[in-house]
Amino acid sequence: MSTRRYTIDPITRLEGHGKIEILLNEKGDVDHAYLQVPELRGFERFAQGRPAEDMPQITSRICGVCPTAHHMASTKALDDLYKVTPPPAALKVRELVYSIFMVEDHALHFYYLGGPDFVVGPTAPKAERNILGVLGVVGLEIGKEVIGMRKQLRDLMTLIMGKVIHPVFGLPGGISKAIAPEHQKDIIKAAEHAVEFGKFSLKVLEDLLAKKPDLLKYITSDAYTHRTYYMGMVDSKNKVNFYDGSLRVVDPLGKQVALFPGKDYLAHIAEHVEPWSYVKYSYLKNIGWKGFVDGPESGIMAVAPMARLNVADGMATPVANQAYEQYLHAVGGKPVHFTLATSWARVIELIYAAERMLELANDPEIVSPNVRTIPTATPVEGIGVIEAPRGTLIHHYQTDEKGLITKANLIVATQNNSARIALSVDKAAKGAIKGGHVDDGILNLVEMAFRAYDPCHGCATHALPGQMPLRVRVLDSNRNLVREFSRE
Amino acid sequence: MSKPKVALYWCSSCGGCEEAVVDLAEGILDVVAAVDIVFWPVALDFKKSDVEAMADGEITLSLINGAIRSSEQEEMVHMLRRKSQLVIAFGSCAHMGGIPGLANLFTRQNVLDSSYHESPSTPNNEHVEPQVEYSANGHRLTLPSLWETVKTLNQVIAVDYYIPGCPPPVNIIKEALGAVLQGKLPEKGSVLAPDVPLCDECKRRESKPEQIKIDSFKRPHLAQSDPEQCLLAQGFICLGPVTRKGCGAVCVEGNMPCTGCMGPTGRVLDYGSKALSAFASLISANADDEIEKAAATIADPTGTFYRYSLPASFLHRAGHVKVTGDK
Repeated sequence: MSTRRYTIDPITRLEGHGKIEILLNEKGDVDHAYLQVPELRGFERFAQGRPAEDMPQITSRICGVCPTAHHMASTKALDDLYKVTPPPAALKVRELVYSIFMVEDHALHFYYLGGPDFVVGPTAPKAERNILGVLGVVGLEIGKEVIGMRKQLRDLMTLIMGKVIHPVFGLPGGISKAIAPEHQKDIIKAAEHAVEFGKFSLKVLEDLLAKKPDLLKYITSDAYTHRTYYMGMVDSKNKVNFYDGSLRVVDPLGKQVALFPGKDYLAHIAEHVEPWSYVKYSYLKNIGWKGFVDGPESGIMAVAPMARLNVADGMATPVANQAYEQYLHAVGGKPVHFTLATSWARVIELIYAAERMLELANDPEIVSPNVRTIPTATPVEGIGVIEAPRGTLIHHYQTDEKGLITKANLIVATQNNSARIALSVDKAAKGAIKGGHVDDGILNLVEMAFRAYDPCHGCATHALPGQMPLRVRVLDSNRNLVREFSRE
Repeated sequence: MSKPKVALYWCSSCGGCEEAVVDLAEGILDVVAAVDIVFWPVALDFKKSDVEAMADGEITLSLINGAIRSSEQEEMVHMLRRKSQLVIAFGSCAHMGGIPGLANLFTRQNVLDSSYHESPSTPNNEHVEPQVEYSANGHRLTLPSLWETVKTLNQVIAVDYYIPGCPPPVNIIKEALGAVLQGKLPEKGSVLAPDVPLCDECKRRESKPEQIKIDSFKRPHLAQSDPEQCLLAQGFICLGPVTRKGCGAVCVEGNMPCTGCMGPTGRVLDYGSKALSAFASLISANADDEIEKAAATIADPTGTFYRYSLPASFLHRAGHVKVTGDK
């Protein structure tokens, strides 16, 4: 039998560029599959010389899908840089708009990016595996509800942050603009709508699981399983929190191995460089980099929804917490190691974000005009940490006495997941491709392994040029290109 | 008759231009009713090979966002140019280089060093850097090479029209797509947005004085602004007077100054130098030392005036950045 290489180029339904090289052995089984990220942009370098107060707007350009996450991590880093505490109303407005963002961003993945794999089916024809295919299955009315919900939320984000793609409102010590009291009613109404939308999305998922018993089998299959460490932010009661708290790490058995404030990240997180991809691979410093292997001896970790639910003791709001309990029951308890369960965890987080949005929307202080504390300290160094939809995000700046950046270090969510994503793509390819048989649906089974993470290779390659196509190329045992796979 | 084919592609960019298209909301349903989207990696599973298989000129319109920095981006945009009747540079990065274009203040090696060698969280004792070609366990793996400088789309391929903004405003996108579908396009090379400065649509325009004189510029985090009054008149660096309108002055609506993402109006060739000279003329001082003192209150002139347009400017890059190795 001839041996081959398949290339998936570009990988699709994610933010950013990437390609997958699948290398087969003589039997036609997978020897190794590599997910490569082919770009880098250099934000850490060209931040140098820029005024720190411009960083929330500059770094939001790392990612136009999650600009709010970068904007907010950066704004928190500025609070720390100028040692200034924003008024309570400013903190509440920030968390309110962050909750709105988490709802709409998780909805984007559930319906537009990852959802088609579940709703339309993993091996459906490629022309149907997209939002339009989803509309075909769920119906135009429901589709319009999804589109309308996102629009309502994003219009509110524009109202609060100035712009929804690349916000402008974050300042050290607060925000640029208070919410006018006449808008509170609309925000409450939207929040109530969002909670219903969250419940509805969970029902969409539950119906799918009930109708397609294969789905749970996929989710819990060994091809999509890795036993790794997990990291995420928790509040003082160890419940999931996106805006503020401590970072908690659990081992592959679910036991807490670290709990630390974000400003101590350098003691816990390090990054590994590989010569075959522009992305860096985060790992737990105290466990160490042991190569691309899982298990308790390897410092590889996961972040994002499944990881956050693994490190927490529950959700801080009632509907989300109930959904959390049901989810754990269905997948066999914590810690959950099934990569594809991330999509389920994402819907639970969507519900939490909506419930938290409603709590804050009803807070009278949300429309207080007192949203700024003007900083007076001389800036030196600041660190801001937040949970982006795709996981823990860290911004770290040093400045001169005028507040011009001298050094910036950014560790983004997808980097924290990148090593586990590499493991997942390799293992999924090994599970899906046997005896050299490959078709478009099989290749999508490989892509599903990264897509569950909702990766952002734009974020992950903030450091240099940013491209992420996925290619499958098959080489023979002499490493000659036999076939570059294209999905017809 | 078959529907017109449209491709959307991203180069060195952030995905915000993609989100701006998704923000057409229900409008996207009208778009897919009118055209066939044949390539859009963020949302659809069509691959590079699907585009390769098309005839030259088969695609009616390609909307390309992002700046160009790598061999792969260059290859992709050349292919899309061949396959497309019209190419629109979509968004600030394709139009003028955008924020990633600020990397032209540094060398390629500076950028690599920041990421792989100088980051406090990256030990990298073996000094590993990504390689264009690498053998991993006997497998040959390749990566695109990165050019020394970031380029605009029209520095790499011929561009027919430009849609400005970071990201382009939804109404501007709608009007531009409408113009393409109805064949009501202006002269080739046009920017598809109103050719009028931003102040024209700013809600605070009534408070903008006829003549503005500034003795020192304010930084937005260190001063409370009046939420009704012209930000420039208050001494904040608002680039509205030198920037094209079309966004609805949303940043000012958010009580922050315009940073110029829509680029210049039609008669201006170089946004940064135009902005620089416009702001120099606002300084009230006459004596040299006072002028210098006032100018020094602009914390970062390069990053402020060239924030979205360095690659498109006459400067293109910092003087010490050599372009050897670039095509």
